[in-house]
Amino acid sequence: MHWIHRKSWIILPLLLVLLFIVNLGLGSVSIPPGAILSILSGSETANPVWRDIVWEFRMTKALTCVLAGGALSIAGLQMQTLFRNALAGPDVLGLSSGASLAVSLVFMSQAAGLQMLSTPSPWAIAGAASLGCCGVFLVVIVIAQRLRDNTSLLIIGLMIGATTSSLVSVLQFLSKPEEQQTYILWTFGSLGRLNWTEIKVLTSILVASGLVALFSTKALNGWLLGDNYAQSIGIHLNRSRLVILLTTSLLTGGVTAFCGPIAFVGLAVPHLTKLLIKTHNHKILIPAVSVGGGVLMLFCDIVTQLPGSAYVLPINAITAMVGAPVVIWIILRAKRLSV
Amino acid sequence: MANKTALVSLHQLSVGYALPAGRNVLFENLGLTLNAGELTCFMGPNGVGKSTLIRTLAGLQKALSGEVHYGAGPNQSPKGPLPHQVSVVLTDRIATVQMDVRELVSFGRYPYMGWGITLSKDDQQKVSEALEEVHIQHLADKKLYELSDGQQQMVMIARALAQDTPVILLDEPTAHLDLNNRVEVMNLLRRLARKLNKAILIATHELDLALQTADLIWLAGRGKTLVTGIPEDLVLSGVFDEVFQFKGYDLKTGKISHEAYRDKMISLQGDGHAYLWTRNALERNGFSVTSPGPSLPHIDVVEKDGHLRWIINQKTSFDTLQSLLTHFI
Repeated sequence: MHWIHRKSWIILPLLLVLLFIVNLGLGSVSIPPGAILSILSGSETANPVWRDIVWEFRMTKALTCVLAGGALSIAGLQMQTLFRNALAGPDVLGLSSGASLAVSLVFMSQAAGLQMLSTPSPWAIAGAASLGCCGVFLVVIVIAQRLRDNTSLLIIGLMIGATTSSLVSVLQFLSKPEEQQTYILWTFGSLGRLNWTEIKVLTSILVASGLVALFSTKALNGWLLGDNYAQSIGIHLNRSRLVILLTTSLLTGGVTAFCGPIAFVGLAVPHLTKLLIKTHNHKILIPAVSVGGGVLMLFCDIVTQLPGSAYVLPINAITAMVGAPVVIWIILRAKRLSV
Repeated sequence: MANKTALVSLHQLSVGYALPAGRNVLFENLGLTLNAGELTCFMGPNGVGKSTLIRTLAGLQKALSGEVHYGAGPNQSPKGPLPHQVSVVLTDRIATVQMDVRELVSFGRYPYMGWGITLSKDDQQKVSEALEEVHIQHLADKKLYELSDGQQQMVMIARALAQDTPVILLDEPTAHLDLNNRVEVMNLLRRLARKLNKAILIATHELDLALQTADLIWLAGRGKTLVTGIPEDLVLSGVFDEVFQFKGYDLKTGKISHEAYRDKMISLQGDGHAYLWTRNALERNGFSVTSPGPSLPHIDVVEKDGHLRWIINQKTSFDTLQSLLTHFI
């Protein structure tokens, strides 16, 4: 039994590769697995339409799954450790709500009497979401400088989230049904909208933030003992909190900007990963959850396409549907969640 | 100990909180030292600011004014950062209860590691030594939630030891422990101070334990300053009574005072522990106990074949104190 625990981390990369290949094989056009392999190997004989579908649609979508899942999971892990709260996630800081508010402003501004943009382009939405995240992040940082304890910060994050959500409701109330629909579609989340340029941007965000998170390993581990002990073993509280908040905002903001507010992955993946890899060391956890996040997103994305294959269900509906029962099951099994 | 080595020196230190409404000063102008090889107990009523001073000495909060100087000698600058000088055992609970003991003790090595946090051979050696010093090697692979309160406290002390600092500060390390564990913790800390030549400061309100183990007492509660001295001097000077305002506890005899409400004298003869506990039983039940005299009921405590017997007026005999008391009441 012991060696199984020690080698269990291998399961994650294997699953990632497996689900990635399955994900490439699924879609509204059925392409035989052999053809997919020959397209991937760069063979010239392949059907050009199929080649376009695989490279321009399925590959970008599968990569988006891996990137978004990884980014949200690292963000979630950091928040759970920083707040020492098993229910924390990247959305607790109010970042996603900030993004939602900005995006809803873009979609529904006409109703509020403002002409911000005639037709919202994807980049405008991404820009608005990033701005929304940044705005909330700046507020959180200013407050974090004034507060010593993380629990207050957590509550303030939730309050900011509540405030922005209610502002969104007001906007929705004032706007036309068509505008509301575009906004609601955005909140469903989407993994298939990204082109290669956007994927490069998202990759850079994930790699840069992931590296910074790895460099924060010592601080993250130190936080597990609480503020006082962390400080007594030489962790700079304010500096590391700032770095952790910054990378979390970048990761969440980046994903929300391109894929919409994807719920639940950031909360569930750290718990699922710790079930497989029993450690508290962030040096192992950060790479592990980033792979685990990719696995869960790929899995959820496969589920969105399965029924009938003609419709693609909204990803946000599936992540919660898959994630929530799993978390409930973990809590019932373990009686307590470990941070 | 003619030449004590001061490992921590306080220079005109004022401690408290800077609030928007003004400063809340708890201690003012402290000028004390903690010496190598000495166990100092920091005593005072609840709320007097013991934790705040410990936090200030540990660098966890800023002093209002004055300085804390670490390292041997007044003009010697401290070697390395503060976490190399002082380690702490606090009242904070560790929330990550799924961690195992060795993992937690390893956190003591963090001040010596880079961002990659790799334990060197030397670090692992220090962790093992700390576990041995506290006699908890057998707990090394246990999870924190599997430990009793007393064992958890031992682990926290091992963690501080692994930090390998000349100074260790502990805030209420014996709180929530039963008597046996309290004695064990205090004896351990005294042994560590002597053996490893560390300066150890314990904030506590365990009066009896502190008086019997401490080399030096810091007593808070009279103004915003500290009275210091060896335990016995402070007891005899009456300063403890003044600070703690004992209600029915006589520090000099170490006993609870009883009211002789029965207005009845009993003379008692015996020796050793049997005499003391018989006297305690009688006084607790409101009798006054005197030495043998005429026309008083008289009790002899005698030991026969390894059994204790109580004999009243050389006639009636009892084999438990409880039956003796029933006879009188």
